[in-house]
Amino acid sequence: MTVTVRDLAHARAGDKGNWVNISVIAHDIAGYEQLLRELTDVRVLEAFAPVAKGPVWRYELAQLRAINFVVENIRGGNVTQTAALDIHGKSLGTLMLAIRLFGDEP
Amino acid sequence: MAREKLRIGSGAGFAGDRWEPAVELVERGDIDVLAFECLAERTIARETLALRRGDGPGYSPKLEARFRAVLPGCVANGIRVVTNMGAAAPLAAARAACDIAAELDLTNIFCAVLLGDDVQAVLFERPELILLETGEPLESILPRMASANAYLGADAIVEALASDAPIVITGRVADPSLFVAPVLHAFGWSYDDYAKLAQATAAGHLLECAGQVSGGYFADPGVKDVPALARLGFPFADVSADGDVVIGKVVEAGGRVDRQTCTEQLLYEVDDPSRYITPDCVLDMSDIRFSEIGRDRVRVGGASARSRTPTYKVSVGYFDGFLGEGELSYGGPNAVPRARLAGEIVKERLALRGFTFDDLRIDLIGLDSLHGPGEGRPEPYEVRLRVAGRTALREAAEAVGWEVSALYTNGPSGGAGDFANVREILTVQSVLLPRELVPTWVELVTAP
Repeated sequence: MTVTVRDLAHARAGDKGNWVNISVIAHDIAGYEQLLRELTDVRVLEAFAPVAKGPVWRYELAQLRAINFVVENIRGGNVTQTAALDIHGKSLGTLMLAIRLFGDEP
Repeated sequence: MAREKLRIGSGAGFAGDRWEPAVELVERGDIDVLAFECLAERTIARETLALRRGDGPGYSPKLEARFRAVLPGCVANGIRVVTNMGAAAPLAAARAACDIAAELDLTNIFCAVLLGDDVQAVLFERPELILLETGEPLESILPRMASANAYLGADAIVEALASDAPIVITGRVADPSLFVAPVLHAFGWSYDDYAKLAQATAAGHLLECAGQVSGGYFADPGVKDVPALARLGFPFADVSADGDVVIGKVVEAGGRVDRQTCTEQLLYEVDDPSRYITPDCVLDMSDIRFSEIGRDRVRVGGASARSRTPTYKVSVGYFDGFLGEGELSYGGPNAVPRARLAGEIVKERLALRGFTFDDLRIDLIGLDSLHGPGEGRPEPYEVRLRVAGRTALREAAEAVGWEVSALYTNGPSGGAGDFANVREILTVQSVLLPRELVPTWVELVTAP
């Protein structure tokens, strides 16, 4: 069954300069393990390609069932400079939640 | 030292924050200290420029309203205020606070003001410093520099707290340090006791955005609901002399404090969680755990830290041209193609007039303005065209909104509700400066 990140986790976006971080926090252990397997830095960069050049860094915090993604080089420059409507990238947490995962399907 | 526990309330998470929740904390939160964090990365550059041009006081624009709202309760309940609302003019901010105290007939109010964060003079002597964001030398932006402020730490704020002033006002300090300092001062911890500094820094980081740890920036209806979000309460931290930390909120206030809200806020604006750098320490979140010990009460444990770095981070604000924006809405059948045509027309007209832009964006709000283009999205019933151009020329920036508004009679059918705006862009980059180049000192300001 196809699921999205939003089915397994909640998320929050924050920014500094020209990077944005998105924490992905699993609701349970099974969800955390599925996210560890499927929500790779490559998958995240693919989803964020329209808004960022990358690279993407992934940090695991098992005790919090959380993965922290750092997406570098947001297109249009940093929060103080960008012409984008969402100058902080605050809406990008929901771009993460919309990413589709594929579960255990072959 | 008799004190066993200190309760610090978080009264604001940004310059434009609400103040009713701060009043609630003062009146019903049983807090000892109220901290207001009101300086985003760029805020101080904006205030420095306003001060230089004579169109602003240089301190946080809502300072008067905030103090008017909380001071009577703070005096009645013996609560000290610590805030970075001084921005580019901490002494003027202190005089304004004292004026308000006098106006409200509050006696014995005086301010301790932390100074030294403004390092523009030092930077002019060091053009060879490297900008962390771009790797370019500082020299490239020095002629356009609007402000330069070092993120001072808790040790400097403690010097101000030692005065026993009811109000402590700073310019740029690290956000968590606003909360770490009152704890250091209350318990007399060593500034080298990193185990305790780690716990206090974690508490400060959780509190620095106020409502963001108590249910703000969190609700997703039907999935993550927040009780009484309209009456969102701001958080406090109970910090004990042994380093124990519990986050909470006023019981009757709206919002929620639990593992979920705390985890989201812990990782907010964090890159590598094992290396969260503040002027006080390098916080390691790798083993931080949250436990819910009661309704809206979360214990924070497991924070650790390594030694502070030998440098201060300095934010350098500089003038970086203008942003021109224009918006116009289209609705009903074929709204998206009409809006797209309108955007192309504006782009062509700006080019025909000879204007060039460092960045010229055409967004359709309702379709692609936040997350960029994507496959398989349903076409919205109505969209709002947004054209935004960044340029060194004010005239070019003004032309953007002008050409969007001109679409009314010169563009596709049905354009409605125009908006046009031009603003100056203040970009912020960072350099690292050895601590010994940044002396700090405290001045006292009393009511006239």
